[in-house]
Amino acid sequence: MPDDISRRRFLRAAGAGVAGTTLGAFGFGESETALAAAIRPFKLARAVETRNTCPYCAVACGIIMYSPPGAGDSAKRTLTHIEGDPDHPTNRGTLCPKGAALLDFVRAPTRLTRPRYRGPGEAQFREISWDQALDKVARLFKDDRDKNFIAKNKSGVTVNRWTTTGFLAASATTNETAFLTYKVVRGAGGVVFDNQARV
Amino acid sequence: MTNLWTDIRNTDLVIIMGGNAAEAHPCGFKWVTEAKAGRGAKLIVVDPRFTRSASVADVYAPIRPGTDIAFLLGVINHCIANDQVHKDYVKTFTNAGYIVKEDYGYQDGLFSGYDETKRDYDRSSWAYELDAEGYASVDETLQHPRCVWNLLKQHVSVYTPEMVERICGTPKDKFLKVAQMIAETSSPTKTMTSMYALGWTQHSKGSQNIRAMAMLQLILGNIGVRGGGMNALRGHSNIQGLTDLGLMSNLLPGYMTLPMEAEPDFASYIAKRGFKPLRPNQTSYWQNYKKFFVSFQKAMWGPAATADNDFAYDYLPKLDVPTYDILRAFELMFEGKMNGYVCQGFNPLLSFPNRQKVTAALSKLKFLVVMDPLDTETARFWENHGDHNDVDPTKIQTEVLQLPSTCFAEDEGSLTNSGRWLQWHWAGADPPGEARADTWIMAQIYQRLKALYEKEGGAVPDPLVKLHWPYRDPGNPRPEELAREVNGYVVDSVKDPNDPAKLLLEAGKQVPNFAVLRDDGSTASGCWIYAGSFTEAGNMMARRDNANPDSSDLFAKWAFSWPANRRILYNRASCDIDGKPWDPSRKLIEWNGQSWAGYDVPDIAPTAKPGVVMPFIMNQEGVSRLWVLGLMRDGPFPTHYEPFEAPIDNLVAPKVHGNPAARVFKGDLEQFGDAKDYPYVATSYRLTEHFHFWTKHVWVNAVLQPEFFVEISEALAREKGIAPGSWVRVWSKRGAVKAKAVVTKRIRPLVCDGKTVHVVGVPLHWGFTGAARKGYGPNSLTPFVGDANVETPEFKAFLVDIEPIPAPTV
Repeated sequence: MPDDISRRRFLRAAGAGVAGTTLGAFGFGESETALAAAIRPFKLARAVETRNTCPYCAVACGIIMYSPPGAGDSAKRTLTHIEGDPDHPTNRGTLCPKGAALLDFVRAPTRLTRPRYRGPGEAQFREISWDQALDKVARLFKDDRDKNFIAKNKSGVTVNRWTTTGFLAASATTNETAFLTYKVVRGAGGVVFDNQARV
Repeated sequence: MTNLWTDIRNTDLVIIMGGNAAEAHPCGFKWVTEAKAGRGAKLIVVDPRFTRSASVADVYAPIRPGTDIAFLLGVINHCIANDQVHKDYVKTFTNAGYIVKEDYGYQDGLFSGYDETKRDYDRSSWAYELDAEGYASVDETLQHPRCVWNLLKQHVSVYTPEMVERICGTPKDKFLKVAQMIAETSSPTKTMTSMYALGWTQHSKGSQNIRAMAMLQLILGNIGVRGGGMNALRGHSNIQGLTDLGLMSNLLPGYMTLPMEAEPDFASYIAKRGFKPLRPNQTSYWQNYKKFFVSFQKAMWGPAATADNDFAYDYLPKLDVPTYDILRAFELMFEGKMNGYVCQGFNPLLSFPNRQKVTAALSKLKFLVVMDPLDTETARFWENHGDHNDVDPTKIQTEVLQLPSTCFAEDEGSLTNSGRWLQWHWAGADPPGEARADTWIMAQIYQRLKALYEKEGGAVPDPLVKLHWPYRDPGNPRPEELAREVNGYVVDSVKDPNDPAKLLLEAGKQVPNFAVLRDDGSTASGCWIYAGSFTEAGNMMARRDNANPDSSDLFAKWAFSWPANRRILYNRASCDIDGKPWDPSRKLIEWNGQSWAGYDVPDIAPTAKPGVVMPFIMNQEGVSRLWVLGLMRDGPFPTHYEPFEAPIDNLVAPKVHGNPAARVFKGDLEQFGDAKDYPYVATSYRLTEHFHFWTKHVWVNAVLQPEFFVEISEALAREKGIAPGSWVRVWSKRGAVKAKAVVTKRIRPLVCDGKTVHVVGVPLHWGFTGAARKGYGPNSLTPFVGDANVETPEFKAFLVDIEPIPAPTV
């Protein structure tokens, strides 16, 4: 592979045109042009490509996500295809059975779409608004923190800890999410704090 | 990893033990395949099951779950006894010659200073002898009876091939074949890489499992070289990032630690973190701790952290116990001492041991908040699903809030892979329905909490309301803003001491690396080891140049690798005492007379002289440790300890049960079963087609592996009258599961000390939400005890019984 052409561009170019094919060289160019015109254009040639990383294991395979052009202007962007990134040094375009099925994760029927609340002793969730949910969480946090925060221990040492509410952070969130989460939990005096790394 | 995925291609020998890379990290495993095809490398797999990794191995050796230390110390014993160690590496780059204090000792499984009632050690005897100047005393001839090398020889001598066979069940000839192949990599021009994962970490002595292999790699000279290393196969896509950023009870970002109550002020905290060199001229890079700590405090509290208030030291909570880890958290919850819990992208109902205890604990909470892209079992722990979640909602008073979050495709930011690469990704889709990014959710909660404190007052608001929150939209911080904070920036300009007209550091600029961080409040950095990831040159994590000069396989221009874009850690150790590569064909860096240079960023000061400054720059000694002083709770050497539930007694320490330094809560001690009632050894594992409990929500993966099963040998199936594909009940002292039985040749009974030991394999991936059939997790069965050092639960070795049952009515 020449250094100045990436694998993706090569594969893309290979799908895009019929110029210089063997049949053309043998003088059957006209029939080939007619055939080519009848074939639907390569679906992904006009798609918007976005680089991402498979969210599952820590090989962190490079993936390319495809969405229809112009999406996001008036409607939500959706994906039509996900495949391995051939430029990625580790996975070189390959994906395992988990990564290869990522589109089904994005589209899973059990994706959560609305905040929900379940009251004491109740048998069902009910949908609530974000405002209701966030206000409720803030209220629950404040009431528990105000009641149970330990400012000083028995020896008078300032300890500023809150042990009655705990937080489990997610090992598939970004570093940026993790840092913001750290700020809020520690700023609140949280010490009951872990993520999958310990488990 | 000390090395990286693509570097595995450069090895001569891969040992997969405590992991199963072909099945759990399939696309990374291609580098093992490349090593085999490209340079004739060999693959050894040591595992209780004949996994898919084993199916492409040159040698497979079976092993009883929970006996890896005996095996590894047996290999160390073999190497030392046959004089197959990398002598020069051991002498110059390890603490082999360091002399240990006279009152240190080891006898019958216990080290000096053990207190049985506390299940803890007084570790003061686990120390070096110091000379008049306060340096460690060293015997370079390795003759001193109390030098680490001789203590090591003595310690491993009991692990003969015969003993390994008795403990591990590994046939002696298999063990010796493996030991011989490993011993060959003691040559300076041959190397080995260790690929391991949860098969080593999820034990009550998990940290020591890994320590044992690190010791082996050090005596073979395989650390810091291409194709070598300790290659930890991390689990999730950003578990490395969450580890690095310290989202754990007792950590600060960049592997710093939260204060304890016994450190009431900043002076006492930092006095314990001086890290003065223990040998002359050594780097001991943690001497810069204060700079990293103060810079972190500035990132957290900005202008509210000044020299006058010790940089807001008191705003950090102080611990009264070593850690409020997840086992302690659920124990407190079970005792009714916790009121609220937040599960962000985590499913403890299926991921934490002793499910019955977890369910009871959650049921005592006042509130549970779940933030997830998927509908998890934990969010529905209160909901009855028949046998699969046998609870009565009317008896559970917990308020539950389920908040919909984005998934990877709808998110922007960086993830850190197993090889320490921070890779930026972009969003290509918008979230479904009203799902929102976790950053938005956390910021919204924070803004409302802050508003309540400002309006009502309450308990000690300052640490919370004075958090540094410099985001353009306080209710929605952007990933790039956060990434810049994590890298670090200059708070106050710093003049050049040699030319006051010039600035060394200009206020507002990103810092280029952690070497410029200061302890006077003029710099801020959310995570010092990530400094360099987002500089004035831009987002280094977004770099996508996959150039590979001379096939060095380091890809130094792709993304950003911590620390400082170094790709292989301890890379100075790839050269001899004079700075010449041990193996010129796999040159990494070398000394050119003035400085270190080569394919990788030197993991040492560029002008640090060979022969003077040693490679392990984070250690006070400058060298690596075969004996670790008091740094590990359960011993300065690894020792064979049986799992808490074991089929036989400990053959090297008959009076010792489990790990003598592991913490066990009283109620859990009472819930250990013994071999009389639970005759079979069980272990948990994962399948290629699934990722924990997420992919059962994914149609394709649910089709590939639709239902829960347990795996048993043909011999056990015959003994119990279990037909392949028929239903069985498996139970432990904690709980029971029902599953179909897969009867396999992949598991064979082992003979341990004359006793036949059967292994039952219990894969995890099923629950009661999602597209797959309803099932159970191994956590219904496992004991509530964790590693003595970090409390990782013992999921990989426990006892069960099994019987055939009629198929459940649908």
